Amino acid sequence: MRYLFRTQYQQDIALFRHNGDRFWYGLLTVLVLIAPAILGEFYIGELCAVYIFAIAGVGLMLLVGYTGLISLGHAAFLGIGAYANAVLLAQGVPFLITLPLAGLFTALCGAAIGRPTLRMSGLYLAIATLAFGSIVGTVFQKWTAVTGGFDGFAVPTPTIFGIAIEGATGIYYVSLAVLAFVLWVSANLLRSPTGRAMVAIRDSEVSAQSMGIHLARYKTLVFAVSAGMTGLAGALFAHYVRYLAPDAFDVLLSVQFVTIVFVGGLGSLRGAILGAMFVRLLPQFIAVVRDDLPFGIGRLPGLEPSLFGLVLVLVILFQPGGLNGMWLKTKQWFQAFPFKRQTSFRRQKSYAKSERLR
Amino acid sequence: MIDAARILQLVVNGAASGCIYGLIALGFVLIYKATEMVNFAQGDVMMLGGFVAFSLIANFHLPYWVGGILAIVITAAFGYALDAFILRRVIGQPQFAVVMLTLGLGFIFRAAAGITWGYDSVGFNTPFTNKTANIGGLVLGQDNLSIIVGTVLLCGILYLFFSKTRVGVAMQAASQNQLAAYYMGIPVRTIFSLIWAISAGVACLAGILLSPVSMIDVNMGFLGIKAFAAAVIGGFGSIPGSVIGGVIVGIVEQFAGYKLPAGFQEVTSNVVLLLMLFIRPQGLFAERMGKRV
Repeated sequence: MRYLFRTQYQQDIALFRHNGDRFWYGLLTVLVLIAPAILGEFYIGELCAVYIFAIAGVGLMLLVGYTGLISLGHAAFLGIGAYANAVLLAQGVPFLITLPLAGLFTALCGAAIGRPTLRMSGLYLAIATLAFGSIVGTVFQKWTAVTGGFDGFAVPTPTIFGIAIEGATGIYYVSLAVLAFVLWVSANLLRSPTGRAMVAIRDSEVSAQSMGIHLARYKTLVFAVSAGMTGLAGALFAHYVRYLAPDAFDVLLSVQFVTIVFVGGLGSLRGAILGAMFVRLLPQFIAVVRDDLPFGIGRLPGLEPSLFGLVLVLVILFQPGGLNGMWLKTKQWFQAFPFKRQTSFRRQKSYAKSERLR
Repeated sequence: MIDAARILQLVVNGAASGCIYGLIALGFVLIYKATEMVNFAQGDVMMLGGFVAFSLIANFHLPYWVGGILAIVITAAFGYALDAFILRRVIGQPQFAVVMLTLGLGFIFRAAAGITWGYDSVGFNTPFTNKTANIGGLVLGQDNLSIIVGTVLLCGILYLFFSKTRVGVAMQAASQNQLAAYYMGIPVRTIFSLIWAISAGVACLAGILLSPVSMIDVNMGFLGIKAFAAAVIGGFGSIPGSVIGGVIVGIVEQFAGYKLPAGFQEVTSNVVLLLMLFIRPQGLFAERMGKRV
């Protein structure tokens, strides 16, 4: 068991808590950097998809896990980022400019949609984003002049400094870099006053407001940052699938994104990555065991969405900490062995919180 | 030029589909007023109710009225169980946990219905199918009229229930102030489950009324998204507001389908919803509410 004696404020806000963290994260960095040399093309592609989902997951984690707002329209932001990037690339703009532009443009869209709805309770954001997602999906289908409609849109190959980024490995490194960037931005944001304002808003809007936090401003900021990160993920997603179809960005994808956050564990960046791994690997797992399941369960249509629904329900009911919570509990068990207590992770008894006053 | 008869036709059709949205929205609002939860699976409960009615009427050959009422009772019992066994566990967790929980339940219901009843559209014979009524020279489908009449009747029954019966008044009390209701000896938990039961029963009625107009299929739960527009227009807390909101959405949608190119009718309700949030987010029939710390 490691005891941390904090003697300085710097230790409180440090990105890495101790040398153990530095060692393990360093090892992880080395591993993911040399992964393309070890693993085959298929696995690299899958890992790349995990990274892309993790980028969007980190963005959504800031919104859901740290600010307590929920969005059911993040697939639309992924789509906006994807099309913005692809259309700009097709116009001949270099990739190093289109990627940030796609993110910025999506962030602006997020601010535009968030600004009016965030004045109301968080519930309205869920409903508004659900409606927004469906409108954007229709726009992708109907605005054939730009998106190509159902014919699809072939995404041009990006180049950085004259080097074409082709194949799974190229996109892999770009996604990894963007994921690292997004994690770095989020971690820094969270230890800044802005991050604490977000957590304060999540825990109690009224007390945050009375401490002088401008609710609408911070909520809009977080929503825009979250949308922007999802837009970056979308830009990479365009290159990952190479051929954009308008019906890829539907409600189911939005629900998958929120599943990342819930299954991973609310309020932890590590959770966003664990959740992304889960969400990407579950369909692969289904594909593998499909033929071995009894009674033809594997052949049922709609198996995948219902499994996502089931996992979501089970996690919320029985494991609110998600995968990250499970990891923390396991670690605690070993660290405290054999003194694990039944009450270590028991949640405080909670009562219905009313937000109304009459 | 559109003639007057055509406009009236559109208005009646719109009002009929709007009543369905209104009924689903009514389900949201009942639950929201009482427990501050929003049931994103309301549309899927309607789908389940429709399928139950289909089984009773088409498979077990019960008469329409008996089968319909039995289906409403079964769905209401299902709603009660849903609250008693699942939703009650998440009381006190943040609001978005409930949103995701009901959304997940919706996916499960859809899969369960697909496994039980298949993925094809089904329908059953009703006394209103393919009949028309001639009112003052205006020819209207009885199916549409039955929806409007059914909604009006239901609103009347609910009004009487909430204002005249002991249980109804207890429900109002529990919605207004849980703690005070506890002190007065009202079994608040049972009352909340009963509210879920009423909401599920209303959803089932919506499914039965809708079945002559459009068939019952697994994806009819997506109507729930349109019902959100109705609830938001009504101010998310007003029962008459949600029905009026539903009628507004239905009529706007009909005219959009008539005027705009194909495909845009589907998103009209969403556009109306977003416009409403931009212009008047508290809805048309808002109650002034403060916040409790």
